[in-house]
Amino acid sequence: MIDYDPATYSRILTGLTLGFHIIFASIGVGVPLMIALAEWTGLRKRDPHYTLLARRWARGFVITVAVGVVTGTSIGLQLSLLWPNFMELAGQTISLPLFMETFAFFFEAIFLGIYLYTWDRFKSGWRHFLLVIPVVIGASLSAFFITTVNSFMNQPQGFELVNGVLTDINPLVAMFNPATPTKTAHVIITCYLASAFVLGAIAATKMIRGNRHAYHKKALHLTMVSAFVFAASTAAIGDLSGKYLAEYQPEKLAAAEWHFETEEQAPLIVGGFLADNQEVTGALEIPYALSILAHSNPNEEVIGLNEFPESDTPPLYIHYLFDGMVGIGIYLLAISFMYLLIRRIKPAWQYNKWLMRGIVAGGPLGILAIEFGWVFAEVGRQPWILHQIMRTPEGATTAEHVDIMLYLFIALYIALGVTATVVLRRMFKENPAAHELEQRYGDRRDDK
Amino acid sequence: MNLEILGMGVLWLFLYGYMIVSSIDFGAGFFHFFNKISRKDHQVNSLIQRYLSPVWEVTNVFFVFFFVGIVGFFPSTAYYFGTALLVPVSISIVLIAIRGSYYAFNTYGAKDSPVYSFLYGATGLLIPASLTIALTISEGGYVNVSNGQVRLLYGELFSSLYAWSVVILAIISVLFISSAFLQYYAQKAGDNTSYRLFRRYTLFWSLPTILASGLVFIGIRQHNPEHFSGMLNIWWMFGLSFLFFSLVVYLSYRRKRLGTAFVFVMLQYFSAWFGYGASHLPWLLYDELTIYDGFVNQTMAWSLIAAFIAGFLLLIPSLYLLMRLFLFDAAYIRGERK
Ligand code: HDD
Ligand code: HEM
Ligand code: HEM
Repeated sequence: MIDYDPATYSRILTGLTLGFHIIFASIGVGVPLMIALAEWTGLRKRDPHYTLLARRWARGFVITVAVGVVTGTSIGLQLSLLWPNFMELAGQTISLPLFMETFAFFFEAIFLGIYLYTWDRFKSGWRHFLLVIPVVIGASLSAFFITTVNSFMNQPQGFELVNGVLTDINPLVAMFNPATPTKTAHVIITCYLASAFVLGAIAATKMIRGNRHAYHKKALHLTMVSAFVFAASTAAIGDLSGKYLAEYQPEKLAAAEWHFETEEQAPLIVGGFLADNQEVTGALEIPYALSILAHSNPNEEVIGLNEFPESDTPPLYIHYLFDGMVGIGIYLLAISFMYLLIRRIKPAWQYNKWLMRGIVAGGPLGILAIEFGWVFAEVGRQPWILHQIMRTPEGATTAEHVDIMLYLFIALYIALGVTATVVLRRMFKENPAAHELEQRYGDRRDDK
Repeated sequence: MNLEILGMGVLWLFLYGYMIVSSIDFGAGFFHFFNKISRKDHQVNSLIQRYLSPVWEVTNVFFVFFFVGIVGFFPSTAYYFGTALLVPVSISIVLIAIRGSYYAFNTYGAKDSPVYSFLYGATGLLIPASLTIALTISEGGYVNVSNGQVRLLYGELFSSLYAWSVVILAIISVLFISSAFLQYYAQKAGDNTSYRLFRRYTLFWSLPTILASGLVFIGIRQHNPEHFSGMLNIWWMFGLSFLFFSLVVYLSYRRKRLGTAFVFVMLQYFSAWFGYGASHLPWLLYDELTIYDGFVNQTMAWSLIAAFIAGFLLLIPSLYLLMRLFLFDAAYIRGERK
């Protein structure tokens, strides 16, 4: 038996709640944009298929929003419950974006309520479309604000800490720290990417099952074009994130890459196994690639992990998480590109089973990449909760019963996850798109 | 007025807002379930749904605003309340999570399920009960702070008359506030069956409301005489509250001006809430933490206030739009508009 250590349980519980929240939160950031794109396309082309797409996506979205909201409330309170010492310090320095985030939520919640219930209220569809814009802005701004808080944890600044006393506090400097640009951009764009793939996977599933309704083809096309754009941007911004790490958190990058000795022309290591003597076996080595990722220059020097005391370096398993994330990123880019390419050069294969299977896999993989990315980013920051200011156990609660709370929340998330899945499946099974189209818009010739 | 009081005032106002909107929400959820099992008219429940559907998420944000704001303005509360309240607030979170998500599952999912309806109906009454523990412990005497450890004294808490009186008042208030709102809403909808039902509920819960308030006074006199004498100093705020309460009962009984009656409900709770809050100051946690030693640095305080003003200017027109479309649109309320 291990001794009861509230800090360890707090870490597990925080990771659990965030890991669960982030699934719904990422969908919450990305799907409104896709809904807006669909509704806009529908208005522009006067095509009710797209309008129905927006409508049905929005209906499913309410379910994921609900879980996003309640798990968000959960993590918001848990920050104070599990990390009281950290929040006492953070409250002095970084509470501004947390506070602004609540306004973004407010804004989003109000317009989401209006949007969902006013589909048939206005004469002009454009008016209804206007209502989704605040939802998109609100969701992305929430992500922006919360991610600045996380950036601050990685690169704290905007205050002086003299003998444990905080002085010279500047909230804006704290919020716009060196980690902010790459982190917020990468987080937001990957939410868009993963959401586009989740929605695309639904359409591709229909194709595999032989349902070639024009409605699903349009859904597939819209999502894959968007996904390709987002995937390309993700790779570009991911590259910038690597450069940020090389400059500000070299130990995180070095741990992710099992890069022990500082050297020039550093290779990128993919996969492999690590022995106790820092020997790497079975890995794929891409020459110069790490120097390029870190500095855009194959000859540049990359700092190795051995420059840091062992007590200040993160666990080395984050290597696999980094590889998993980047691998999935490349996969998503490739599969959406394939779809576009085949559509152009060999339209007969456009709905080929294997291509469709590849797209279906992209849905869960996108979410998985987000999980990998976050765990990599958070565990990679260890042992710090505030990089080089406060160690994680110092921020944790000392209360009793954190372990029981952990079990309580495990049960809660299982219940929520299972019911949400059941409800979503039932919602769309009992009312297929073709059926709803006919009901709303009558039979149309180009449907098949 | 100094920044400390201004900050606390703003947060208190939002907590008041949460109390009102969530009471309507929780009570409506409970009635939805209760009417379903007692096979009251189906009409009643579609009325409730029409009100709840577009607004439930907004309700939750009021709460988020409060707990994010209090850590911003008073970071030390994270330390004291965060440590002491781990278990009770975790239970509240679980209840809130069940309520919010099962509400959505039931309302937007394919069909109405009695189990989901029960889950969000019942949790609606338990949430206020569990959240009141935060207010209760702020009276002091329920937490032990020694050599850097903050501990909640469960024995003291569960054997305390005061703690239980607050729980009872919270539950009864939820039912009272929401029936008063729903009788107004039903009348506006021209839905006579629902109106008669909610009028009965309003009158039924009025006496318990006042008895429970009395119990809280007794409880607080026993538990925290200092706070009690502070309350006596501003007795007129509680007197006002009682006056508003009497007007609510009068108007509901005479079936007159139910909109005004609901405004009086809000005023009744407003004066009691701020009377309680004002007499609580300067203590955030009796004998441990005041708003002065727990306050954030001046720079952050000013930026939070600036953000608050900017955010508020954004919210007012949006909230106005929401209310115009759903609360004050007679055709929507009557269910003639989807
Ligand atoms: C769909 C999800 C997804 C995909 C395909 C990628 N990423 Fe990512 N990545 C994230 C989702 C993500 C994330 C969840 O959004 C993270 C976690 C924390 C953060 O700031 O963003 C992240 C963090 C993150 C970091 C760490 C930043 C930090 O700790 O400050 C780096 C260096 C990269 N990514 C680089 C890449 C590269 C080079 C990719 C190649 C295509 C890539 N990511 C694809
Ligand atoms: C206010 C901001 C945040 C705080 C206080 C915070 C705090 C923490 C702490 C203390 C841990 C435990 C570290 C460990 O166990 O090694 C952790 C882990 C984690 N955090 Fe953060 N974090 C914040 C922001 C975020 C954000 C915005 C996300 C994204 C959703 C996130 C995702 C995660 C994940 C996925 C883990 C799990 C890592 C693990 O399994 O250990 N964090 N967080
Ligand atoms: C420590 C980390 C986090 C905290 C404290 C947090 C807090 C919250 C809270 C309190 C809510 C509920 C708000 C409401 O009542 O409407 C929420 C929901 C939400 N959060 Fe998180 N969050 C965190 C991480 C994230 C991240 C990393 C993202 C985006 C990448 C995100 C995006 C959202 C979105 C979009 C919602 C609205 C629900 C939805 O639309 O699905 N959150 N979050």
